[in-house]
Amino acid sequence: MAMLQVTDLEVSYGMIQAIKGISFDVKQGEVIALIGANGAGKTTILHTVTGLLKSKSGKIEFEGKDITKLAGNKIVSLGMAHVPEGRRVFADLSVLENLRLGAYTRKDKQEIEDTLQMIYKRFPRLEERKSQLAGTLSGGEQQMLAMGRALMSHPKIILMDEPSMGLSPIFVSEIFDIIKEISAGGTTVLVVEQNAKKALSIANRAYVLETGKIVLNGAAKELLENDSVKKAYLGE
Amino acid sequence: MGILQNILEQVINGLRSGSIYALIALGYTMVYGIAKMINFAHGDIIMVGAYALYVGLAIFHLPAVGAVLLSIAICTILGVGIERIAYKPLRSAQPLAVLITAIGVSFLLQSLSLLIFGATPIPQASIVGFDGIKIGGISISGITIVTLIVTTICMASLTWFINKTKLGSAMRAVSEDKGAAELMGIDVNKTISLTFAIGSALAAIAGILYVCQYQSLKPTLGAMPGIKAFVAAVLGGIGSVPGAMLGGIILGLIESLSKAYISTELSDAIVFGILVLVLLIKPSGLLGKIRKEKV
Repeated sequence: MAMLQVTDLEVSYGMIQAIKGISFDVKQGEVIALIGANGAGKTTILHTVTGLLKSKSGKIEFEGKDITKLAGNKIVSLGMAHVPEGRRVFADLSVLENLRLGAYTRKDKQEIEDTLQMIYKRFPRLEERKSQLAGTLSGGEQQMLAMGRALMSHPKIILMDEPSMGLSPIFVSEIFDIIKEISAGGTTVLVVEQNAKKALSIANRAYVLETGKIVLNGAAKELLENDSVKKAYLGE
Repeated sequence: MGILQNILEQVINGLRSGSIYALIALGYTMVYGIAKMINFAHGDIIMVGAYALYVGLAIFHLPAVGAVLLSIAICTILGVGIERIAYKPLRSAQPLAVLITAIGVSFLLQSLSLLIFGATPIPQASIVGFDGIKIGGISISGITIVTLIVTTICMASLTWFINKTKLGSAMRAVSEDKGAAELMGIDVNKTISLTFAIGSALAAIAGILYVCQYQSLKPTLGAMPGIKAFVAAVLGGIGSVPGAMLGGIILGLIESLSKAYISTELSDAIVFGILVLVLLIKPSGLLGKIRKEKV
């Protein structure tokens, strides 16, 4: 059984249909990439899955539970965390406050503390800057904070939206290394990326999205060799 | 009495009215921060708070503490109710619709109070029993002392709540980015309700302190302190909690000093003139900031 199962999803912004009936699934332990050009609907899909947007029709199931109509703030406690596009850290809050908000729905203080230490170990820079306001961090550091904040909820699956956007090449590689680590730690990953090459290099499977439809899917390795993918997304 | 004592007395008066403005300004600024709207009915919550005190004392014959608690409870429920009924359905509407609704709610509250209590001002004696003190030739009234103590406690506990508690950081998160806050599992609607509750409770306290000073009730009593507190919030930087406190105190001081040394008639003109000046020089207000996008 898939951990996350999306079936015939349709999403509209007013009159404009952004997602035109897509289905995909993510199995436990996988790294799945959704790739596609700007405006293909990648972010819309993630926002609909985590309840920030309402779908027009279709079904979203997480661990067998129908979450299609669930409010956004109820999703995280089920074990699904979302690292939004543009990072969206709380700029006026300190790094530590941002991280603690990631654990907002968790109750056990000791467990939260343990997760925090684990995140500090993975992102030492966040510990160095824990009392700094998040808005003063560099783009790459903010991305780390957004990831750390999502991990504070101790998710089973983490959804990442354009984690490499606007980062310097060094940071991009670092971010993808971290995604690999997160996956190795047992968390399932669904990553949306414009950087198709990087995304396909760490994913097990991938879906290619074009103007609201899935046009191609399969093993990431195969897609890397696929001629139309090469032409359209890998710049070869 | 020496000139120094006189100035000090005016400063203390200014601090008294300024701290009341600050308390009201907090409601404007917190609601603006979280709901991105100017709640023009906020001033009328002050009026409701003052009348509720009167109802508690004169009609239900409650002890002063009971009447104060009744007033706070009524305003809190009213504030939350107004948000639920009038503002929440308009959350994604254009700002002008929300603004007009807020003005409508303001008229509604004033008209209701006119209907229930009539237009004739009702005298309401101060609930502060003691007469005050005299230090070094400066006399400070009882209500001034109570006002300064109560407002200081309110502002200190609010600051602590916003900066040190989990709910407080949730509130700041919602005011910065509702979507991201929701992803953290924060219930945005409840957080907005909580903000209205806190703002309205502070308005009730301000209303009580205000009426204890001026000792008269009328349906429009909230209008002037309301608009001045709004000015204070803008002066301090709308959306900024320390800004509202600072703006309120500064406004009170300017008002009191210009009344005493320049002209009573012109004091309001001076107050609003200074607002215009500050906004010309620093449009975001004294402690407000213009957020820059970071890539």
